[in-house]
Amino acid sequence: MADSAKWRERLGRAWYKFSRNRLSVVGLVLVVGIILLALLAPVVVPYPEHAGAFVDYANANLPPSRTYLFGTDVFGRDIFSRTIFAFRGALIMAIGVLVTVVPLGSFLGLVAGYFKGTRLEAFIMRITDVFLALPPLILALAICAMLRPTLFNSMMAVCVSWWPWYTRLVYGMARSVRSEFYVLAAEVAGASKAHILFREILPNCMAPIFTKMALDVGWVILVGAGLSFVGLGEQPPTPALGTMVSDGAKYLPHLWWNSVFPAIAIMVMVLSFNLLGDGIRDMLAREEA
Amino acid sequence: MKRLPDDGLLEVRDLKKYFPTKRKGVFVRAVDGVSFRLKRGEVLGLVGESGSGKSTTAYTILGVYEPTAGQILFKGQDISTGLARRPLALKKEIQIVFQDPGTSLNPSRTIGQILGVPLAVHRIGTRAERQQRIAELLRLVELPVDFMYKYPRAIGGGERQMVAIARALATNPSLVVLDEPTSALDVSVQAKIINMLMKLQRELHLTYLFISHDLSLMRNVATRVAVMYLGKICEEASTPELFANPLHPYTQMLLSSIPVVSKAEEATKPKRIRSTGEIPSPVDVPPGCGFHPRCPFRTEACSREEPAMREVEEGHFVRCHLLGAGVPGDGQIH
Amino acid sequence: MKMEDSTLVEIKNLTVWYRVYGGLLRVLDGVNLSVARGQKVGIVGETGCGKTTTVKAILRILPKNAVVPEGTIMFQGRNVLKMRGRELQELRGQGIAMVFQDPTAALNPVFTIGQQIMEVIKYARPGGKAKEWREMAVRALKEAALPDPERLMENYPFQLSGGMRQRVCIAMALATARTLLIADEPTTNLDVTIQDQVLRLVRRLVEEKGTSLILITHSLGVAREMTDLVYVMYAGTMVEVAQTDELFDNPLHPYTLGLLQSIPKLTGGGVTQGIAGRIPDYANPPPGCRFAPRCDQAMPICSERKPALFDAGGGHQVACWRFAAGGEAVA
Repeated sequence: MADSAKWRERLGRAWYKFSRNRLSVVGLVLVVGIILLALLAPVVVPYPEHAGAFVDYANANLPPSRTYLFGTDVFGRDIFSRTIFAFRGALIMAIGVLVTVVPLGSFLGLVAGYFKGTRLEAFIMRITDVFLALPPLILALAICAMLRPTLFNSMMAVCVSWWPWYTRLVYGMARSVRSEFYVLAAEVAGASKAHILFREILPNCMAPIFTKMALDVGWVILVGAGLSFVGLGEQPPTPALGTMVSDGAKYLPHLWWNSVFPAIAIMVMVLSFNLLGDGIRDMLAREEA
Repeated sequence: MKRLPDDGLLEVRDLKKYFPTKRKGVFVRAVDGVSFRLKRGEVLGLVGESGSGKSTTAYTILGVYEPTAGQILFKGQDISTGLARRPLALKKEIQIVFQDPGTSLNPSRTIGQILGVPLAVHRIGTRAERQQRIAELLRLVELPVDFMYKYPRAIGGGERQMVAIARALATNPSLVVLDEPTSALDVSVQAKIINMLMKLQRELHLTYLFISHDLSLMRNVATRVAVMYLGKICEEASTPELFANPLHPYTQMLLSSIPVVSKAEEATKPKRIRSTGEIPSPVDVPPGCGFHPRCPFRTEACSREEPAMREVEEGHFVRCHLLGAGVPGDGQIH
Repeated sequence: MKMEDSTLVEIKNLTVWYRVYGGLLRVLDGVNLSVARGQKVGIVGETGCGKTTTVKAILRILPKNAVVPEGTIMFQGRNVLKMRGRELQELRGQGIAMVFQDPTAALNPVFTIGQQIMEVIKYARPGGKAKEWREMAVRALKEAALPDPERLMENYPFQLSGGMRQRVCIAMALATARTLLIADEPTTNLDVTIQDQVLRLVRRLVEEKGTSLILITHSLGVAREMTDLVYVMYAGTMVEVAQTDELFDNPLHPYTLGLLQSIPKLTGGGVTQGIAGRIPDYANPPPGCRFAPRCDQAMPICSERKPALFDAGGGHQVACWRFAAGGEAVA
């Protein structure tokens, strides 16, 4: 069978499984939309310059209208444009955290799961348990408070509190996969530990990892918004969703558009990645031959 | 190094494997004193039901478990350790085909990759030569060579089992352990696999340790059969002898329970004994002869004293109080 | 053959398709089956031949992506496929009982045996008292030759062995009077000595209570011991039907012959080749007889038209063109 035909069939089958649930498709559309908006923000947005240092007191505190879709804030900046620009920071945070956390956490979980019953496993899992016991937002806040508030530092703080979830996830998978017959077959054949870990066990743990990653984008964004809500994370004038919500909170309920729209944006981001995650889980679910 | 006198490939002496339980001092006596000898070119059928210890025996020989006691001798050398302490070269010699083809092949790897693992591990040939060898292996089990690009889920159960066999043969082993290789397959597919296995055995001069619960299959495949119950071998004989003259009551019970398809077979089944009771847990082995609670011919001695394995006729061993040496067992209580 | 009063189940031309990625799986292709009152019928076939789909259709428990474009299933004169609501519930609660292959999966691990049997009894005989249900439950366990039934009522499934769990399932199925018991490979997961005991139990209970039996198995030996009438099924159709003794004395269909040949015999004789080829792709089944591609006696007509069940004399029917000459198509 020609390679391209094979790929088309695999994609077709994957799409079939993904699209059984209409909401997953909605999630996919929303996510693609969010990513495109974030990428093309300077081009797509009505007032790109409002995302930087900009003031226009003449047009400050205007309610939502045709010219200013989400209204303007105290400095006269268009909230719609700033919200779209804030997507960038949110996505960068999510990608940065996951790219760091997933390989590290998964590796630890893999090793702990395979070497079940040894001191190595106990060591890894006890440390994991300690970090898991601390609520992610609190831990991140504590770390951030010790460092200078920047996007990078808040990313690091979230990383520290996020990795144990992947360790725990992969640990569970590795433990169950470890007792499968094909792993035993490789051991009997004399395969090295590295081969067994990375070539036999890991590929069979990937599905939950990917699903969790999709879902986590939303959650990391939420934690990030929480950090910027209290002033840690991206500093002004760069727009951040949490900061916008917190700044606007002072003016509730009269100038409601300052807080409400960024809050809805957070909600939509989290929701769409959740729906996407469900779809990915369905797509990766292994069908029996 | 002690050399076995009669071209023996594998010898197991009083092998025991106990697993600890949560209760102190209480063990699961999965294998409780198993001894047998396997000659080169033989097919030894190790028969039993669940809880008999047949799989544990095989896995201990393989090294998956470390023996609690007893010895395993392979080609005259003592190999009674777990996999971790066995030399790599030994792992080339003893291979296994598992029961369930659905789980014995890694679903995330292609067949070519799966077959390549033993070759890579033992550094057989160069990269290019290994591709050749994989194609050869597929041809050996009469599968199309382009299967190497397929994933296990794309092929049927019987074909997957062929791949598992090819994998076992990749390193030219001398001993292959077959753990119920066809139990999960339909009867028409089973016939193909068994045919393949026997053909390969003849062509490549292999020795098989064949674990099974299917006595009808053993009748047609094994040179010798050993029947296990609760961790011990209760009867062992050459195949024609065991089926013509089953002596141990458990062997008779097993034979009488088999649903057969012809009157001729029906006539060979023992009539005097019907299956009753269930196998006790290997944690709680009955005193004396492990089978006595279910045995319709039990005597007082059976619940007190464990019978020893005796050679009742040449090459025919039975572990039963009812059978003195030389007395053909007819179930009569003397 | 007119529809007798003593016919309990009559399946005519049942066709079932599954909707999947890439189209339809035409699993059942015109299945005919008939069970008389008090009769023990076996459906023998290998994996994927559609035997479980057939009985699931009888109970209307097919998966969501199943489509039944054609066929009727008459149970006591009424079409099961058209039943709904109350009638359907009665069918499952009182008329037909089913025992599945895996007793561990069939029993709820968080309820006691007693609770589970009493629940079944409750739905079978609405309007009773807990005390009556309990008595009936204990009696059912006793009939199933289970030791110490009173104590068993308080046990949980995990405390029992596989054989005992299956006996409990059988007890549950026959706790109240049923017209039909469907047993889907009830002993496949059990040891052979336990299988023997459980099968003997089923036969005894079914004969004592006058319940009809549909036994699904892949083992011809089991069918031989347990049934009066055997249907051999291949790739979604019945290929041969005969009284049990007749089938084993005189097997006619090439598939049946192939199967019998593949079974290793206690009398020795070595292992045969099996049956060449594989089961057809249900997404693209062969036109004509579905066994033709594997049949070493195939004729040209076999790959063109599907054979009906032809009469080979004495109630023995074969779906094979080689037997078309004599009789009329029976079904």
